[in-house]
Amino acid sequence: MTEIPGDLKYLRSHEWVRREDTRRAVVGISDFAQAQLGDLVYVELPKVGTRVSAGDACAVVESVKAASDVYSPVSGVVVAVNEALADKPETINEDAYGEGWLFAVEMDDPSELEDLLDADGYAALLEDQDR
Amino acid sequence: MRQTPLHAIHLESGARMVPFAGWSMPLHYGSQIAEHHAVRREAGVFDVSHMGVVDLRGEDAESFLRRLLANDVARLREPGRALYTTMLAEDGGILDDLIVYRLAPGRFRIVVNAATREKDLDWMRRQATGHDVTIALREDLAMIAVQGPKARERVASVLCERFDPERLLALPRFAAIETDGWMIARTGYTGEDGFELILPAAESAALWRSLIAQGVTPAGLGARDTLRLEAGMLLYGQDMDETVSPLECGLAWTVVFDPPDRDFIGRRALERQREEGLRRELAGVVLPSGGILRSGTPIETPLGPGLVTSGGFGPTVGCSIGLARVPAGAGDALIARLRDRELPLRRVKPPFAREGRSLLPP
Repeated sequence: MTEIPGDLKYLRSHEWVRREDTRRAVVGISDFAQAQLGDLVYVELPKVGTRVSAGDACAVVESVKAASDVYSPVSGVVVAVNEALADKPETINEDAYGEGWLFAVEMDDPSELEDLLDADGYAALLEDQDR
Repeated sequence: MRQTPLHAIHLESGARMVPFAGWSMPLHYGSQIAEHHAVRREAGVFDVSHMGVVDLRGEDAESFLRRLLANDVARLREPGRALYTTMLAEDGGILDDLIVYRLAPGRFRIVVNAATREKDLDWMRRQATGHDVTIALREDLAMIAVQGPKARERVASVLCERFDPERLLALPRFAAIETDGWMIARTGYTGEDGFELILPAAESAALWRSLIAQGVTPAGLGARDTLRLEAGMLLYGQDMDETVSPLECGLAWTVVFDPPDRDFIGRRALERQREEGLRRELAGVVLPSGGILRSGTPIETPLGPGLVTSGGFGPTVGCSIGLARVPAGAGDALIARLRDRELPLRRVKPPFAREGRSLLPP
């Protein structure tokens, strides 16, 4: 079974976002997404300081199988990226919700998070896709 | 979707199954990269029962194959020898690539690609008109490849009651032996030493389980693809097809023009190409950083456009590599277009890796 932590929000395109404090949000791809992609071999991250809007493609993850865009779930400024992935992209396969995070955004408007799927909503989406 | 005799084992081993040329096949059993490394470092086992095993028998089998295939089976001087060849259309386009084994006087076996087997059989039967040769697709057989530095000794130990281990381990490359409806050949598609076994379907599950019990790693189509790509081996349908001749995709070494009176199908077209000059060639390319080359990635060269026909991440070389089709004489200044960026490629002569190690210059 795929892991879907209850404290995160999700996009239909399989990104997760974790609110770390009032304005800071951390973004990654879900356990389901990493399993679908297979072994990850390359990650392209945005530059720190880049301004992103919710729904922008701002990172790329490439697996043995395919390249896949990663969309920002929220609007704001990229304040940190997970540099360690450059040498060890497989960290995303091993720990998609922890060490495999991609980037952090200083959010313009934290209320954007309310528009995203919660864990139940994301689980329902995956179930629908399964059918 | 067709299933191989090992389908149930794949499911119970947790394989991720994918459709491939009409067959349900294992892509991987957990980690494609771990399977790749297992083959380069130890031993892996692949179910390749989707490939077509075709037996040819008859007085004219040899003369028929000397006309059908661009390589020359007359070079197989004794039974139990194999060679790699293309099968061409009259215009020199590649209908398929295959391995042909000489098994006994008047008896040959060829192994063709899964995606082309029906087309191949149809072509062969049409060409066979007037020859004393029967052509039989062997759907009663399974095919298992065991590859890696430890592969041969693992197979020899598992099969010690059926095959004399010493004889098995003494088998030269591209040679095969047969016993009780089993054929074992020292061939493969990974750039590693190993065996390919063709055996009665009903016996394949027991063999698979014995190999796993010996510590051989099950490996799927994903690892098979990265292993063969690193080894610089072409894949039919990607790196070659009916629109390319063997002279234009790095397979000139498989075409035998001597003796001049051997009139194999496609010969005149290839001779014309040689006279007029080739338009395209195969290039091995390396992208040290910046992304992953994929089949279809466009390439720019000083002589015009080319493209990556097989690309991916090479786990042993540690970066992205590819086989590309470029204008003949394009040289080394090749540039890949990847997500609107222009990335300079390093051109190298394949293979990129084999026998456990990367061959890329530092």
